[in-house]
Amino acid sequence: MGRTLSEKVWDEHVVRSTPGEPDLLYIDLHLIHEVTSPQAFDGLRLSGRTVRRSDLTLATEDHNVPTVDWDKPIADPVSRTQVETLRRNAEEFGVRLHPLGDIEQGIVHVVGPQLGLTQPGMTIVCGDSHTSTHGAFGAIAFGIGTSEVEHVLATQTLPQSKPRTMAVTVNGSLPAGVTAKDLVLTLIAHTGTGGGQGYIVEYRGQAIEELSMEGRMTVCNMSIEWGAKAGLIAPDQTTFDYIEGRPEAPKGADWDAAVEHWASLRTDDDAVFDEEIVLDASTMTPFVTWGTNPGQGVPLGAAVPSPEDFEEESDRIAAQKALEYMALEAGTPMREVKVDTVFVGSCTNGRIEDLRLAAEIVRGRQVDADTRLLVVPGSVRVRLQAEQEGLDVVFKEAGGEWRGAGCSMCLGMNPDTLAPGERSASTSNRNFEGRQGKGGRTHLVSIPVAAATAIRGTLSSPADLEAI
Amino acid sequence: MDAFTTHTGVGVPLRRSNVDTDQIIPAVYLKRVTRDGFEDGLFAAWRGDPSFVLNNEAYAGASVLVAGPDFGTGSSREHAVWALQNYGFKVVISPRFADIFRGNSGKAGLLTAKVDEKVVQRLWDLLEDQPGTAVTVDLESRTVRAGEGPDAIEDSFDIDDYTRWRLLEGLDDIGITLGHADDIAAFEAERPRWKPVTQRA
Ligand code: SF4
Repeated sequence: MGRTLSEKVWDEHVVRSTPGEPDLLYIDLHLIHEVTSPQAFDGLRLSGRTVRRSDLTLATEDHNVPTVDWDKPIADPVSRTQVETLRRNAEEFGVRLHPLGDIEQGIVHVVGPQLGLTQPGMTIVCGDSHTSTHGAFGAIAFGIGTSEVEHVLATQTLPQSKPRTMAVTVNGSLPAGVTAKDLVLTLIAHTGTGGGQGYIVEYRGQAIEELSMEGRMTVCNMSIEWGAKAGLIAPDQTTFDYIEGRPEAPKGADWDAAVEHWASLRTDDDAVFDEEIVLDASTMTPFVTWGTNPGQGVPLGAAVPSPEDFEEESDRIAAQKALEYMALEAGTPMREVKVDTVFVGSCTNGRIEDLRLAAEIVRGRQVDADTRLLVVPGSVRVRLQAEQEGLDVVFKEAGGEWRGAGCSMCLGMNPDTLAPGERSASTSNRNFEGRQGKGGRTHLVSIPVAAATAIRGTLSSPADLEAI
Repeated sequence: MDAFTTHTGVGVPLRRSNVDTDQIIPAVYLKRVTRDGFEDGLFAAWRGDPSFVLNNEAYAGASVLVAGPDFGTGSSREHAVWALQNYGFKVVISPRFADIFRGNSGKAGLLTAKVDEKVVQRLWDLLEDQPGTAVTVDLESRTVRAGEGPDAIEDSFDIDDYTRWRLLEGLDDIGITLGHADDIAAFEAERPRWKPVTQRA
């Protein structure tokens, strides 16, 4: 019987397999940031161990770095301690670090692909749940906890039980103006937040193949939001074109050998998935969340649902609680929901293509007088590229704020937070209670919806904007 | 991780059930970036009370905690185990432990000895009557002993074979994996040369 893509990648990394025990998996790339690594390094120190493969390890600062005044000392003492600890640990253990102020600094999941370190067929881990982003390249990539970070540092391996496999096949093409973000939000609303539990998911079908690498990363990024262990997409010409020429991509004969191998990383025709979901992209529309988990979403053209709309008692209770927290009334058209802050950024939608798309919509328009637009590039490289293209000027002229690179308002560990009761339209991936600041209310949206919402001040799509 | 065969140390009677990880170490103590130093957060909410058992000089230097049922419930924070170890505890004795806490303890080298509820009662009585009494926990024979003469306590405790083996050998997860270092090296020797690296020698 044939094998699926994820089984092929898995099998290539098994160091040791014993019946009744988890497989010992080799890890090709270990990404590190300041929040989940300090105790892992301290654990190494306490037991007199070292980093086995510092040449397969990369660290960057992202979660709590400020996006303004980044040349000054970090004001918050806990953030500063974490960042300084990472710097000391990187120095002591010989790990390559891109600190604040470095040209390669940025969100860990933006930096890996951008450097060309993220490649097909790899195993990639990081102490961060959105590591699944790297699956867009046909890699098995997943988030781990701090004791696992220590395990990978010491051994470059991780004991792992093989997850079950699922295919998500998205047939047809996305209509114009509908993005990868709408696709994945539609999927999560369909499956619920636990639908992918225990699975490695392969996204496939025409709509997936037609996505850019940025779009594929957006889809894989949110795999964890419906519970999947990891999500991946078979590498193809789009993948190879994206990687070629990047600083850490293979060169010359190595490139040819790599591409030859990567091209073999496809699910066999006779392979069987444990589970399969089929969706039709051509019926998808801009999609937004109304609740407090990423599965509580509806098309932008719909209204806020009523708890009565749900069959399951638990869903009704969850909806009721979410509506209270979000201060929304059932039956209100989503388009009438007024937004205070629009956040464009994060590892879901903070890459150059995202900023270009946002700028295209904002260009020549003015941000609504009662709305704040915050644009945070995913990395310093993205920021510099955008500035070279004049995108920063477009945002600033429209009345938006242009910031330095980092996670920023995605999780509000740095000073970029919502005030209690404030409402955001956010291109990030989590709308949990308080995620963007205590009492803050988050609507997850795509880039076009974020940009149009900034202009109109209520949840909107570019089609709602007056022509200019 | 140090191998654990048998341990004798001063026992502390913690007459409480359902001690959750938030009580073992409250969230405000988790901001640290090291793995040690958590002892000051251990049972922080209770330590302010002068009559709390750990504030009693007679139990100074204790290393065996005797607690009521359902010890370690609540959030899965590993810090709870570190806090107990940082304080000096080598063993926790209880009639029932929360699964995740027990798993985390085994991995970190803290012995969780599951005994009959009656044994805990007798240990509490003994340790309160004669503060400073030592408790011996023998992992090889899976027995708990304390006291002398007619009131002496001796009983067996439960621990799964795998965790017992790991503790006896002093193996943490990483130690076990490093035991397969040859397999890892053999795998590395076969990796394609075009696989990316973050730095070159
Ligand atoms: S941008 Fe958000 S989701 Fe992504 S790594 Fe940062 S905090 Fe996590």
